[in-house]
Amino acid sequence: MMEPLNSLRKSPAGKFFFFGLFLLATALIFGLTGALQYLIPGLFRDDFSFEKVRPLHVSSAVFWIITTAIGGVYHYIKERSDKGIYSEKLMNIQFYLLSTTVILILITYVFGIFGGREYWEFHPYLAIPIGFSWILFIINVFKSLSSLRKKPVYIWMWMTGAAFFLFTFIESYLWLIPFFRANIVGDMMIQWKSYGSMVGCWNMLIYGSSIYLMDRISRNEKYSYSKIGFLLYFLGLFNLMFNWGHHIYTLPAPKYVQYISYGVSMTELILLGRIIMLWRSSLSTAKKNYHLYSYRFLLAADIWIFLTLILAIMMSVPAINVYTHGTHITVAHTMGATIGINSFLLLSFIFDVFGVKEKISAKRFTAAYFILNISLFIFWIALIIAGVLKADWQMHSPEIPFAEMMRRLRPAFIVFFVAGIGVATGFLMIIFKIIKHHRLTK
Amino acid sequence: MNHYNKIGILISLAILFSVYTVILYSKNSEYPAVSGTSTDRGKRIWQEKNCIACHQIYGLGGYLGPDLTNTYSEKGKDYIMAFLKSGTQVMPDFNLSQNEINDLTEYLKSIDASGTGRPGKLKINDDGTIEQPEKIPGR
Repeated sequence: MMEPLNSLRKSPAGKFFFFGLFLLATALIFGLTGALQYLIPGLFRDDFSFEKVRPLHVSSAVFWIITTAIGGVYHYIKERSDKGIYSEKLMNIQFYLLSTTVILILITYVFGIFGGREYWEFHPYLAIPIGFSWILFIINVFKSLSSLRKKPVYIWMWMTGAAFFLFTFIESYLWLIPFFRANIVGDMMIQWKSYGSMVGCWNMLIYGSSIYLMDRISRNEKYSYSKIGFLLYFLGLFNLMFNWGHHIYTLPAPKYVQYISYGVSMTELILLGRIIMLWRSSLSTAKKNYHLYSYRFLLAADIWIFLTLILAIMMSVPAINVYTHGTHITVAHTMGATIGINSFLLLSFIFDVFGVKEKISAKRFTAAYFILNISLFIFWIALIIAGVLKADWQMHSPEIPFAEMMRRLRPAFIVFFVAGIGVATGFLMIIFKIIKHHRLTK
Repeated sequence: MNHYNKIGILISLAILFSVYTVILYSKNSEYPAVSGTSTDRGKRIWQEKNCIACHQIYGLGGYLGPDLTNTYSEKGKDYIMAFLKSGTQVMPDFNLSQNEINDLTEYLKSIDASGTGRPGKLKINDDGTIEQPEKIPGR
């Protein structure tokens, strides 16, 4: 049996984590609904069509990541310092502002009210409370951590991630000013510049927390103060700032955008090389800590970082990107990153806060863990296959009608849907287990 | 690593990022203002109806419907208007007014004029970069 969620209930992360888990569940439900609409064209066409289902899925997933990442940062800030969080009151205001707005966003989607920008599909008015809640987060993080001097690398990551996020979030709304939306290409360029960097920002928060967690599990803080730790952090920041161009290689954007992004993205080979170089020591660490639930998710995320990074580097070469762009290979990359990396790391935080020393005695956890990982791998492969088929169509046979191409992709969509059920089952089993233990402690 | 070196790297990166950002923003000054035009209204309708959830522009957007970057030149105005008027087996009828249909069509026309969204038509260079084909006169 797992230990009850005592520590989670006392933690400042508690409400962020539970709200995050609620959003994860909604993301899964709407994700499956959307996948079903691929298999049955026209399903719910008049009442609940795909233009509503997709944002419900995407926004739930994005806010699961953001909300839980915030919770992780708050928990670890409190845990590592005697001072704790600068203002719990501010944190609570932030939470209620954020969660109420997110609920409102989901409701507006159901009623067909949109801002209509991919990924931030909610009405721009609703961006105001989101932005304001983020300012409260920045105040709390910066006041709690006070300065960067002699601080480990994860604190640099939290602070820069939090600060840059606000900039990218504001930047993603520049289209409201006529000057910025005067030209479709310029508008899309800035849109994807902001999105690319924004993902890097929440990754800074999540990776920062995972470094902190890994330090604690290994009882060794050497990496967090090391030169290599900081060099890799700056490499990540460099990529956050300049490696977004692969989203818009095919646009008639200035050529230097392509050169800069292409060049910068190749620095990711350093990260890939490092993973390969350290695989042996990673394996021995894995054997030592495999009994920890939190570590299991860190381990799974490591494998997904490797797979996703290979795909990302390939997609960053423009001559390859021209094939993968606009296909399901891009979706495979996004799913690998948001589920395999982000979600698994976030679950590792939840299980860590949950109680550090759980042994693997719960069969259901092990079953859920493997159902989730195996299903995700099949899901990922199905998307890559669908992407390869679509790439072949768009490069070599664009004269074949779109509907016919989609019909040919159907077998891959069936596998994708079935594997999606597996992913959802694995996640929901884990969510259920957490909620059940939470209820037991009441 | 020395604290001042770290701060130095951080500031340098921030400056580079700011300069790059300003250069990219300034690209927009090359284009005339669209506020209040039919194209701009079309863009607003495109967003309000969340068309991007299913359709792509330059390969960016949803996957359920086709990429619409060059639909205007490839299929024609009437084809677009017919779809917007009554929807399809998959796409709902959004009950658009004739003015809204005109504005959306204008928006798609302006996208079409901006370049090609067909990856198969892009030029792949020896250094691994890609570029748009030569602009077709009159488009």
